[in-house]
Amino acid sequence: MKKENFIWSSTKIGLLAGAIAIFLCLVGMVEVFSKRDVIEKVLTLGMFLLLATSILAGFLASRRTSELLDGNKAPSNLLAGAIAGLAMGAVLAFFVLFSNQVNLRAVFLNVTPALMQLLTFNQGVGGVWQLPVLGAVSGLAGGAFLLIPQNFRKPIVQALMVIIFLALFSSLFRIIMINQGGGIERTARTIFSQTGLTITGGLIFFFGTILFSVLWSTQRERVQNSVDRLPKKGKISLRVFSIILLAYVVIMLPQAAGPFIAQVVVIISLYILMGLGLNIEIGFAGLLDLGFVAFYAIGAYTVGLLTSYGEYGLQHVSFWVAVPIAVLVAMLFGGILGVPVLGVRGDYLAIATLGFGEIVRLLAGSDFMARWLGGPRGIIGIQKPCIGTLGEFVAVDVPRVCNGIELGKPQDIYYIAIASALLIAFFSYRLRESRLGRAWMAIREDEDVAEALGIKLVQAKLLAYMLGAAFAGLGGAIFATLVGSIFASSMQLIVSINVVALIIVGGMGSIPGVIVGAIALIGLPELLREVSEFRFLLYGVALIAVMLAKPEGLWPSETISRELHHDEVAETTS
Amino acid sequence: MKTTLGERLTDWSISGFMWGFRILIVFIVVAGTFFTLQSGKYTGEQWIDFIVFGVSQGSIYALIALGYTMVYGILRMINFAHGEIFMSGAFSAYFLATWLNTIGFVDANPVLGLLIPILFAMFMSACIAMLVERVAYRPLRNAPRLVPLISAIGASFFLQYTFRGFFGPGVYAYPPIKALEGEWVIFGVGILKVQIIVAVAAALIMALLYIIVMRTKLGKAMRAVSEDKDTAALMGIDVNRIIVSTFAIGAAMAGAAGVLYALIYRQVNFFMGFTPGIKAFTSAVLGGIGNIPGAMLGGLVLGVFESIGPALFLDGLGIIRPYQLKDAIAYTMLVMILLFRPSGILGERLTSKKA
Amino acid sequence: MNKRLLALLSLLVIASMMLAACGGGTGGDTGSGGDTGSGGDTGTSGYECTDPLGCVTIGPDEPVHVAFWGVLSGADSSLGEDSKRGVEIAIDDRGGQLLGHDILLTTEDGLCTPEGGATAAQKLATDTSIVGLVGSTCSDETVGGIAAITNAGLTTISPANTRPVLTDPNRGPDYAGYLRTAHSDAFQGKAVAEFAYNVLGVRKAATIHDGSAYAEALQQVFADEFAALGGEVVAQEAVARDATDMRPVLTTIAAAQPEFVYFPVFVAGGGFIVNQIRDVAGLEDVKIAGSDGIFTADFLEAGGENTVGMYLSSPDFGAFPGGYPEFIEKHNAKYGGAPLSVFHAHAYDAANMLFAALEAVAVVQEDGTIFVPRQALRDAVYATQNFQGVTGSLSCSPSGDCGAPVIAIYEITNADPASWDPQNADNPNPKKIYP
Repeated sequence: MKKENFIWSSTKIGLLAGAIAIFLCLVGMVEVFSKRDVIEKVLTLGMFLLLATSILAGFLASRRTSELLDGNKAPSNLLAGAIAGLAMGAVLAFFVLFSNQVNLRAVFLNVTPALMQLLTFNQGVGGVWQLPVLGAVSGLAGGAFLLIPQNFRKPIVQALMVIIFLALFSSLFRIIMINQGGGIERTARTIFSQTGLTITGGLIFFFGTILFSVLWSTQRERVQNSVDRLPKKGKISLRVFSIILLAYVVIMLPQAAGPFIAQVVVIISLYILMGLGLNIEIGFAGLLDLGFVAFYAIGAYTVGLLTSYGEYGLQHVSFWVAVPIAVLVAMLFGGILGVPVLGVRGDYLAIATLGFGEIVRLLAGSDFMARWLGGPRGIIGIQKPCIGTLGEFVAVDVPRVCNGIELGKPQDIYYIAIASALLIAFFSYRLRESRLGRAWMAIREDEDVAEALGIKLVQAKLLAYMLGAAFAGLGGAIFATLVGSIFASSMQLIVSINVVALIIVGGMGSIPGVIVGAIALIGLPELLREVSEFRFLLYGVALIAVMLAKPEGLWPSETISRELHHDEVAETTS
Repeated sequence: MKTTLGERLTDWSISGFMWGFRILIVFIVVAGTFFTLQSGKYTGEQWIDFIVFGVSQGSIYALIALGYTMVYGILRMINFAHGEIFMSGAFSAYFLATWLNTIGFVDANPVLGLLIPILFAMFMSACIAMLVERVAYRPLRNAPRLVPLISAIGASFFLQYTFRGFFGPGVYAYPPIKALEGEWVIFGVGILKVQIIVAVAAALIMALLYIIVMRTKLGKAMRAVSEDKDTAALMGIDVNRIIVSTFAIGAAMAGAAGVLYALIYRQVNFFMGFTPGIKAFTSAVLGGIGNIPGAMLGGLVLGVFESIGPALFLDGLGIIRPYQLKDAIAYTMLVMILLFRPSGILGERLTSKKA
Repeated sequence: MNKRLLALLSLLVIASMMLAACGGGTGGDTGSGGDTGSGGDTGTSGYECTDPLGCVTIGPDEPVHVAFWGVLSGADSSLGEDSKRGVEIAIDDRGGQLLGHDILLTTEDGLCTPEGGATAAQKLATDTSIVGLVGSTCSDETVGGIAAITNAGLTTISPANTRPVLTDPNRGPDYAGYLRTAHSDAFQGKAVAEFAYNVLGVRKAATIHDGSAYAEALQQVFADEFAALGGEVVAQEAVARDATDMRPVLTTIAAAQPEFVYFPVFVAGGGFIVNQIRDVAGLEDVKIAGSDGIFTADFLEAGGENTVGMYLSSPDFGAFPGGYPEFIEKHNAKYGGAPLSVFHAHAYDAANMLFAALEAVAVVQEDGTIFVPRQALRDAVYATQNFQGVTGSLSCSPSGDCGAPVIAIYEITNADPASWDPQNADNPNPKKIYP
């Protein structure tokens, strides 16, 4: 095969980068992010997006050039990088000139005068020449980056990533640190500005990370050796110490970080609960369920009806009594709904369960059921849990008085949520190792063979369905208490989709994977609320990227990754 | 294999429950229908209206469902982003149609004025679908089957919020087309022109698809790939090319559906693909997923049931505001049909490996 | 290897020093400003905060931090985006400055759900630099989040919540920090019922709602009032929020033979109904009405020619003291199109009310440091009387109702969105016909 000319390949990469840059402009990211900083007064996030694109284009062009020329040849590499950057800059410049002539704004809302000012550096159309120049320079930098030896490149990339991460979450870190007061507050004011990092902060983190990374790469073996050389007793105490440290962090987190972080952790825990439940269905038994939110809703509504002192409260039992009932009710519904649909297989099951999820939501919000479930007005006034005398655990006065400790704030419900998640994770783990767990695995592999081996298909599947429903019901129960009110509009299909996504992203069938998936897919978007308009755009990109990069998930279970590997072997041999 | 009494009891109770469930649903349907018809609330003409409205909605579902079912037939994958492909077709057509309308082209040439946006939407949808396939699905061809589902969900979010970013969250009105206003009288019943045009256009497009799949070489290759990819490759079929064509054709159908949808409902919005996408997926499953005539039938059945169901079944049972539960009826009917025919109306019984 | 590493490190150190030097040149003010700011904290500037809810301290170089919370993603995002734009225009009007400081606007997505509202509110409540808020947009968000906001000592003004209970005198202490410039639904349904019965003279009415709390409450108020006047409500139907095919439900309504159909829904759903209602046998000539959820040029865009002759209830724009056309001009120039929903002007007024209250209570030191006592700010917002906003003269009640709900009924006379000008009394589209 004839090899491509590297100049042409670099131009192609540059044009592609130009298309991405125009996309970023049209979708509105460049302008909105230009109000946020990476480094205060030096680099806005919007500019960074464009710069990063051209640097990356330069780097990729340079790498491609090395492939084409069989090895690094500095002048060609640099040239390739510059060409790619130049091409991208030229595309962007052309875009500016074009939108200056044609009123693109009639179609694309984000081609605003403000964007044009940004792209021309506030100099009008005359400033447009700077785009290709800047593109070429940054592309050149990207191309040159390839020439730096690998073990220098890594720390620099890591340092840049740390800076971007900190800049993205700067307002959050800043708020939390400032709320601590004293020295921590002063540190926060030095390293974070209100919109990003300060110059000082940027430098500290950049070189701090590089230093750390270099130290780590050189000293890692020594540390590991010294840990390995510890006597057995020492190892155990090290382990105990780290567990205690972890527990301390988990317990103190809401106190130190405040209600927002607590709330986010509670929501993550709720999704962990649901994820563990659905994991039994999908990961263990191989049943794709797209209507999982139904059981979440049933759990939430049960607690709402049992404990609300509002209009629709039926009984006024305490939280502690209502939660087990909610779990049982969810389980019962799991059974009732499970029996009819479990006869269907594969993707038919997926759509049948999706239907159930929607039916539950529609009924809960309908006028037909409004007499009992509140309809669009929802159920409000759900009690907070109260730890007090024995009597208060059971019966509750209306309006409720808590003589003991009221667990009302997110920081308090945090502990309930964390404890439930830990408990269910442990339960889930034991379940997987049990006889039932192995029966599920067999069903997932091959239903027909499993049946031939004497596994009762319907019963095993039904149990998976009911246990999954019970976990989701527990999640819903805690959710109702956290928010204090339930509306059918909270029980959308998107909740079910999120749960499926977090299981697959975490790694199917893997219990730590569920936790990692929930943190990545639920926690990060919650923390990134500020970029609200682009949250789901980034979420979509992230889902695709994770699946492309790690199809087996972020933290796959050992069996599944072995199977995946096995499949590949089978496919290549067949 | 020995079965204990307990196990047999469980089996009995489960199958008894299943039969009870089936009988209950049939009873609800029959009783509801009986009471509604007995009350004489609706005239015969109104019943015909219900069916006509359902058919035009259903033919749109059917067009979208074709894309789902074709992709599923070949890759055994739920293309969750298909609803967004539909939306992108409608959006592209909106801008073209508005422009054609303002320069007076549509009033001068009504037929071309309708046809050009449809073709443009088909083209744009096909391009976007091919792009999505290239970036998000092709690298995952050999991954476990839920992995492409997740990247499809990702693509769905990406497309939705890209359009929101480009064009904002507002509602755009598809321009009114003078030639489509008013109604035609057929067999003494007045039916809206739009409804007839949409149903006829949908039928024509589906017939075209059927010819492509059944009569052309490409169609033959598609059927071969859907039967067995490896064997098809051995027979000298370029599997990748066939998969891309399948995506493109399915997307073109969705794009056309987008324009037809806009003609009936006259609104375009970035979120518009979500619900029809789910409904079309339901139709595909209803008809038997992977089966092309099944998707058409499923779409029509779903559309008609949605339109007629609330009045026919729920009204008679004294359930208030039954149209709120329209979607619930659609899903209940889906579950009901799956209970009696677990692989859809026209679906074959799939082995667990295929499903 | 180690030598090269060392070389690289020293290179980087040199580079960083140079960078620091450059940065020092441009960012010198920041450093010194920060110092005086912390000096202000320790009380050298002579102000002691005695406010029961504490004070927000804004250093000389720090911006005045306000926040907007509302729905910004999902199907309802146009509602939140619309209000957010109102706030942004209010900030632009002041050149982005308040009391000589830049205004920093943070937005949080409340997702139109109570849990989304709760999370957004928790996040905002944690940020002690925030002085005041505008939001939320959906009443559900407020129900979920208001406790966190009130307990953090913050004050929020909602431009778009219309649920009556939010400003009920018995609404509870969690709502102490909650006010709104939007009007409660209770007024509107009554006005429409009176108009239909007394002016149009209809006796048989039907309603449609979309399952949202807004529409459900409004149509129920209408139905109760209409029945109380002596009319008959022949059908009360509902559709799903995302429904598009309205013909079946309209056919059912036609079977009840109403003379008047009231559908207080939102733009998309309203557009679908108005476009399809004339196609249904029996409803060709029925009189139709909607409410402020569709009182926007966007609805003409969505509904087209069929909207002509339709009645809409809305705050009486004739009572708007002026400034609305100028506001719309600014809006259209900034965002390249007409407003997306109804409450942009309410958001604009809410933001201006907040800024006015801030200016009234802020304690400005000589070095530019500002102290904002939180309780005093809340009191100042509640004390707003005869504030001249673009939606009317705003006076806040003790339970937080600031909007001036003079409800009027308008008739659409022209389907061209460009002709939409509720302000104009002479060339009216929509034309005010009642009271």
